[in-house]
Amino acid sequence: MSEFLQQLVNGITWGSVYALIALGYTMVYGILRLINFAHGDVYMLGAFFGYFTARFIGAAEHPNPFRALLVLMSSMIACGLVGIVIERFAYKPVRRSSRLSALITAIGVSLLLENGGILLFGPDPKFFPQIIPAQNIALGLGVTISNQQVIILTVSLVLMFMLRFIVTRTRTGKAMQAVSFNPTAAALMGISVDRIITFTFMIGSMLAAAAGVLVALQNPKIEPLMGIMPGLKAFVAAVLGGIGNIPGAVLGGLVMGIAEVLVVGYVSPTYRDAIAFVLLIVILLVRPAGILGRQTAEKV
Amino acid sequence: MRQLLIAALVLGVLLGLDVLLPHFLNPYLMRVLMLCGISVILAVSLNLINGFTGQFSIGHAGFMAIGAYGSAMFSLEIGMGWVKAMEASGAPPAVAEGAALLIALLIGGLLAAIAGYLVGLPSLRLRGDYLAIVTLGFGEIIRVIITNVDAVGAARGLPGIPAWANFFWVGLWVVIMVVVAARIAHSTHGRALFAIRDDEVAAEALGVDTTRYKVLAFVIGSFFAGIAGGLFAHYNAYLHPNSFTFLKSIEVIAMVVLGGLGSITGSILAAILLTVLPEALRSAQELRMVLYSLMLIILMITRPGGLLGSRELDLGRLFRRRSPERA
Repeated sequence: MSEFLQQLVNGITWGSVYALIALGYTMVYGILRLINFAHGDVYMLGAFFGYFTARFIGAAEHPNPFRALLVLMSSMIACGLVGIVIERFAYKPVRRSSRLSALITAIGVSLLLENGGILLFGPDPKFFPQIIPAQNIALGLGVTISNQQVIILTVSLVLMFMLRFIVTRTRTGKAMQAVSFNPTAAALMGISVDRIITFTFMIGSMLAAAAGVLVALQNPKIEPLMGIMPGLKAFVAAVLGGIGNIPGAVLGGLVMGIAEVLVVGYVSPTYRDAIAFVLLIVILLVRPAGILGRQTAEKV
Repeated sequence: MRQLLIAALVLGVLLGLDVLLPHFLNPYLMRVLMLCGISVILAVSLNLINGFTGQFSIGHAGFMAIGAYGSAMFSLEIGMGWVKAMEASGAPPAVAEGAALLIALLIGGLLAAIAGYLVGLPSLRLRGDYLAIVTLGFGEIIRVIITNVDAVGAARGLPGIPAWANFFWVGLWVVIMVVVAARIAHSTHGRALFAIRDDEVAAEALGVDTTRYKVLAFVIGSFFAGIAGGLFAHYNAYLHPNSFTFLKSIEVIAMVVLGGLGSITGSILAAILLTVLPEALRSAQELRMVLYSLMLIILMITRPGGLLGSRELDLGRLFRRRSPERA
């Protein structure tokens, strides 16, 4: 029992990271109907920006929460800018062409970030400095949680609530919803669709950057290709929850994280990468639009 | 009669080239040429699914892997024995190996086609991006299974596959693939596929059995992906699950989109371009993949419909113009 609870705790922590990445996929998809394949690589960049900031300000030598926060914030801001640049120079020019060519462009950007990363950072893994020394906290029932896991969970929760606030309570957030519902009508109502799309990319990239830094806290090995698998799985998580649906992305991420940790714990670690996709196929066969997705009738 | 003559001519030309080419090209160029041929088969077969029918499959590497491993296992377990037996009874090695290869390829193709049927079935329920992600998931599952099954070498890879695939066989399958695709495009079935791509609801209203045609496209496409995989296995003589990652599927999609959805000649051109390009950039070393990805982005921005759009490059027109029609 205690082992299962322990796995559950680990799964929820891991799932909240998937959820953060999945949010970026789902928001961009909701507005542009584009699978932003470069999103996983923005997550990789987040980890690297965090790495360089931490090295620069010496966060490992004198660990304190302030410096850790600075690492997180600077990485998020840097990736937010990267997101804006990617949208402006790669996606905007293909927005009016077919969805497949937009998809290929996204794949091109993804390859560019990966190989650019190899060129700039080198192909060998780097070790993320320990900006927060690890400590284990006993929760009772034989379950322990590390302070890093607590930080991962808290930061993801705070970010998710901030996102929820932005999307439901602010003018920009309402404009995002409007654009996602119907871009043409939104434009007619005086919403600057271009600005909203840029803003969406920025927010999504910032969340991915946060996920990158948070993961690096726990698994300090970072390398330029680290974003491929988490990126794919986070996308699967977004589809699982119902793509375009923000609570769905969080739910999908959690389901995925828990399932993965359970497979590693009880079946075999080598099947870790397969469970995500098996789960996906099973859920889509039962609910073709995802768990929280709404089934829409085909319009003629 | 005329068709038989053309077939004989094609076979003759391929056999001639098979003998002559190694004298003119160094082994490296031969390798690039063979890989181009395999890419062409992959690209045109995916074009049947993505370009003709408008379905969105991003797991083509999975079908290729099934064909590659299926045919390789056949050759290792049974085919090599047959070749020995045939050679012992006096058959020339080229004939014996060719026959064994043909059977191995067909087995690989059939296995891939069965997988295509199984993946095609959910396409009845899923549309667009959801179908895409299921095919992606399928490709990944296949790769993880191969990595875990010890009988096919697991993560060590599968060595010692007989290298039977030569220029003749790759060329022959390229010709078969292109002819099949072109015949489909100009048939009633092709019209049905195009109708589904352009407007599925309208196609259904006009009496096109959309389900059947979608599955048909999947089955034919994956059959040829399996053949390409088998050729790759018997050319490379070694298989590793990492040859069939998501990136491989992406490469093939890039060929199809770059060539122009639905354009067979476009797929051929793009497949050759995207196979030769990374090789040509080899001298740029580390910059190679960066340049490759930049070119992909720039090409998509400047020519979003692909190089040829949905048109076909018509070489025949050039000849026709020169020879005036006889009365």
